[in-house]
Amino acid sequence: MVVEKILQVKDLNISFHTFSGEVKAIRGVNFDLYKGETLAIVGESGSGKSVTTKSIMRLLPEHNSEIKSGEILFNGKDLAKLKDREMQKIRGHDISMIFQDPMTSLNPTMKIGNQITEPLIKHQNMSRHDAKERALDLLKLVGIPKPEIRINQYPHQFSGGMRQRVVIAIALACNPKILIADEPTTALDVTIQAQILELMKDLQKKIDTSIIFITHDLGVVANVADRVAVMYGGKIVEIGTADEIFYNPKHPYTWGLISSMPDMDTEEEELFSIPGTPPDLLDPPKGDAFAPRNPFVMKIDLEQEPPFFKVSETHYAATWLLHPDAPPVDPPDAVKRRQSQYLEMTGVNSGAVGLDKGNSQFPGKKEGK
Amino acid sequence: MAKYLLQRFLYMILTLFIVASITFFLMKLIPGSPFNTFQKLSVAQQNILLEKYGLKDPLPVQYFNYMKNLVKGDLGVSFQFNNTPVTELLGNRIGPSAILGLQAMVLGAIAGIFLGTISALKQNTWIDYGSTFIAVIGKSIPSFIFAGLLQYYIAVKLGWLPVMLWKGPEYTILPTIALAMFPISIAARFMRTEMIDVLGSDYITLAKAKGASFWQISFKHAIRNALIPVVTVMGPLAISLMTGSLVIEKIFGIPGLGEQFVKSIGTNDYPVIMGTNLLFATLFVVIILVVDILYGIIDPRIRISGGKAK
Repeated sequence: MVVEKILQVKDLNISFHTFSGEVKAIRGVNFDLYKGETLAIVGESGSGKSVTTKSIMRLLPEHNSEIKSGEILFNGKDLAKLKDREMQKIRGHDISMIFQDPMTSLNPTMKIGNQITEPLIKHQNMSRHDAKERALDLLKLVGIPKPEIRINQYPHQFSGGMRQRVVIAIALACNPKILIADEPTTALDVTIQAQILELMKDLQKKIDTSIIFITHDLGVVANVADRVAVMYGGKIVEIGTADEIFYNPKHPYTWGLISSMPDMDTEEEELFSIPGTPPDLLDPPKGDAFAPRNPFVMKIDLEQEPPFFKVSETHYAATWLLHPDAPPVDPPDAVKRRQSQYLEMTGVNSGAVGLDKGNSQFPGKKEGK
Repeated sequence: MAKYLLQRFLYMILTLFIVASITFFLMKLIPGSPFNTFQKLSVAQQNILLEKYGLKDPLPVQYFNYMKNLVKGDLGVSFQFNNTPVTELLGNRIGPSAILGLQAMVLGAIAGIFLGTISALKQNTWIDYGSTFIAVIGKSIPSFIFAGLLQYYIAVKLGWLPVMLWKGPEYTILPTIALAMFPISIAARFMRTEMIDVLGSDYITLAKAKGASFWQISFKHAIRNALIPVVTVMGPLAISLMTGSLVIEKIFGIPGLGEQFVKSIGTNDYPVIMGTNLLFATLFVVIILVVDILYGIIDPRIRISGGKAK
């Protein structure tokens, strides 16, 4: 059964024009988003997560950013080349977005109700009355108590977690086909984070939306994602199902990320961190951007960019270590521990190709969802 | 709200009392007496007059008497204008000043906010540079220069409007423009900065992400938020307009408070000095109250809601 691709990003290149020169923030990003799945994009600050998703919404600042090449295909249209007026019809209607900081993403001088009904009146030509009814339903849906009172209040009368619920309600107003969540829990404290994540998982069951979830928190990823794309230096370096990325990672950068996750099983006192700093995208390195920080660096990493090697039907990684001629390496302990856990869990050798559980209806969709 | 207003009213009375007291004693420090400009009076005659107006009493007694009358609403009589009661004098003169000040304020606010908004929306275009140019000119060149230029070019050369005097609405146009240049530039600069700030904020990005158009974003979301700091500067500006109008009134020959105020200081006309000063002080506290109430209307976060706030 073929699963519908709802969004295709093809060879996207984005640059920012700054005083010091052209910053190549996104350098050839490719991915597909399937109907109903949650794709997590992870990576450190400056890896291009937010820029990629903002470009899908075309929310990058017009005066200094430029989509150099590539396509963003949605519904047969290339969003990268769409006129602004056309784009307005898609924003908030077909694709909507949740932002990082709920404290600043609501208009302080506008009632919550009006902020929720705005896209409904704009996109669905609802009357004020109908839109208000729908807003009440949405507030109930996102778990805000006493919506009849809350709808007439201003953002400053809400706590951070409640505000993020309102932002989610706004994003869901028109039943979007794609929901982009740009670090929706980063600015919240841990208990509220958990609540918001629960809410998002719950909502995805209720409404049929594909989600792109940006985060740098791998714990969050494990919680929500069906598939994971790991970004580094403006590129995707590894993409696969959540299980594949967590239990059978292939790229040394993913190894680093996983090793730096706090783990119940480790007895080490100090938390691992990846040495070095991210590459300067004003002048991107010639070979693999991760090479200077890579403990398993080879000569070819410094000379030539690695292509994507196929690990399984759903799992690809861009590292020369997967080349048949590469010497065998010893991944970090944390990764090896995970691989053996995975072996116990599934009985499948993690080194083998074809990890996707064959009966899964959607490639890359976690079972039980 | 009623409780808040009552509280504010009491504070206003207190403020005015303090202003009246300080002005009273400062005024007495001005050398001379109201009557030594009347050359024809002998010293004995002057003494009789001083006695009559109670100016020979010790200062605290004078102060007490003045305050007693003030509470009754009696501001005394003018020494220089034939014993006309000060209240009547101010009443006759306040009209032109108030009209001029109000017109200049409204023009300044509207034109300034408009200029600031378009220059923020069209940032770094010739529209932006043009409005910045107007703002710099308006702020750096004093109003009396504009007054002179307007009189010469618009009134004398082109003959479109009367040069001076105060005989009808068309007479108010030139002084209003001359007086409004300063508030226009202040409002425009503030509005531009605030708009640019607001347009870069997260909730504007969210509004964009909802599919709102450029104009919806600007008018429904941005302007109201950008106005909050602008209101702050417009309050004190209103006061500077009143004092600024002294010069403009002189140039255009407008029978306002300004001319009379200057004259009364020159002649030690104590009751008129006190009266005018108190009038300015009253306007000042009232404008501050209006600004505070405006804040609440624009910004729900500082709305006064009779103790029912969050």
